[in-house]
Amino acid sequence: MKISRPTLDEAINSFTSGASVREGRVKFEISPLVENGNAVPVSVEVESPMTATDHVKRIALFNERNPQADVVVFHLGPRSGRARVSTRIRLAASQTVVALAETSDGAFWSARAKVIVTLAACIEDISQQ
Amino acid sequence: MTRALVNVPKTAKRGEIIEIRAMIQHVMETGYREGPNGVTLPRNIIKRFVCKYGAEEIFSAELFPAIAANPYMAFSTVATESGTLTFEWTDDKGATQSASAEITVT
Amino acid sequence: MTRLVLLGLLACASIGVAAEIPPQDRRSGFEFMSPQTQAMQSEETSNPGMLWVADGERLWSEPQAPAGKSCASCHAEATKSMGGVAARYPAFDEETKRPIDLMGRINQCRAKRQGAASLTYQSDELLALTAYVANQSHGMPITPPADSRLEPFRENGRAWFERRLGQLQLSCAACHDDRWGARLGGSVIPQGHPTGYPLYRLEWQNMGSLQRRLRGCLVGVRAQPFDFGAPEYVDIELFLMERARGLTMETPAVRP
Repeated sequence: MKISRPTLDEAINSFTSGASVREGRVKFEISPLVENGNAVPVSVEVESPMTATDHVKRIALFNERNPQADVVVFHLGPRSGRARVSTRIRLAASQTVVALAETSDGAFWSARAKVIVTLAACIEDISQQ
Repeated sequence: MTRALVNVPKTAKRGEIIEIRAMIQHVMETGYREGPNGVTLPRNIIKRFVCKYGAEEIFSAELFPAIAANPYMAFSTVATESGTLTFEWTDDKGATQSASAEITVT
Repeated sequence: MTRLVLLGLLACASIGVAAEIPPQDRRSGFEFMSPQTQAMQSEETSNPGMLWVADGERLWSEPQAPAGKSCASCHAEATKSMGGVAARYPAFDEETKRPIDLMGRINQCRAKRQGAASLTYQSDELLALTAYVANQSHGMPITPPADSRLEPFRENGRAWFERRLGQLQLSCAACHDDRWGARLGGSVIPQGHPTGYPLYRLEWQNMGSLQRRLRGCLVGVRAQPFDFGAPEYVDIELFLMERARGLTMETPAVRP
């Protein structure tokens, strides 16, 4: 199956509407080496006081080499208390993953992680299922 | 058969930041996989998740096929008052599943 | 000289005189996983297998037509009546005069007591009920019963475990007795203990039975797998449970 998808940078650009992205304030927890790309635990935490005037509005994840660049977009606010989210994602291959945070002043912050996905040697034949 | 599990502390102090976990049974079929007969399996994913505390939306997410099967999410909120937290997952066809949990705030 | 020694070693390896793992060295597959996958299993609120356990709890007290009976009608609260049961299965079945596994017993109960249709080994319902029952033994040691009637079947299971099969001519023992801890591709070869079934496998993105896992192994060595429900699987499980004696029940386990 041939799939066309935006590059990682194009996907980020479309999320930020072209605004510049700064490295920092985002702590991205993801294992550099994963046993199975079907469910990779990730956590993202953003430094923020999470007040009505200064908080994180969105946290998004993008990937470099899946069939689609988008992974998830979380919407937060001052009632979150803390800008921390966790989920489990799929990675089709070893690649770079980006966590992006949009703050209430319109700024974008990010962190990148390179992940190596090892493949299991003994995998089930799909025709059995 | 769909089952959702949500985890909210039963009690909290006013102003305390609490962690919430939510998980739902769902195949999250990507639309990129082929079935045994070589035909692509149609996409079938949860695409939106919302958590409300009382009437107010406190957290939401837009999900894509890169979210693992049986989606799991953890996030936090400030315990403001005793009440009900409701959770709602909406799939590609617009069908929704929901769950709820009570919290007592002192 | 070096070459000769190497050839000698290879010959030994390929003959593969399977040495049983000494009891003090027996370890659950849990210990071979990454800390991330371990955490996914250990925290109940993040273990996807708990979705099936929760559903099993609901099904346990759901009356089935036509008898209108639920599991709870006879067995009352599973939290009281089912503790330790999965840790001593498979058990000898008086009716068929052979061992029966937990899934088989649940189906037998459905047919005889509830008059309900039997469930397939891959169905969410049977996985859920079995996971719920097995979860009542979580944390308990595996303790196969001393029942001499099971012996010939357990020996048959051992024979299957040690038999070289398929185009690759590998036995279960060749990997899980002789080469556990080594790597096959990117994965560590575990010892192959059935401590946490039914379990959630990241590869499957789903819950699955021990029989599904054994079928995967058979296909892996390019052998023709037995059908679901085949007596050979129950015999192999009997042997595997004896081999895992003393290890802790983990249902619902998570594996990569």
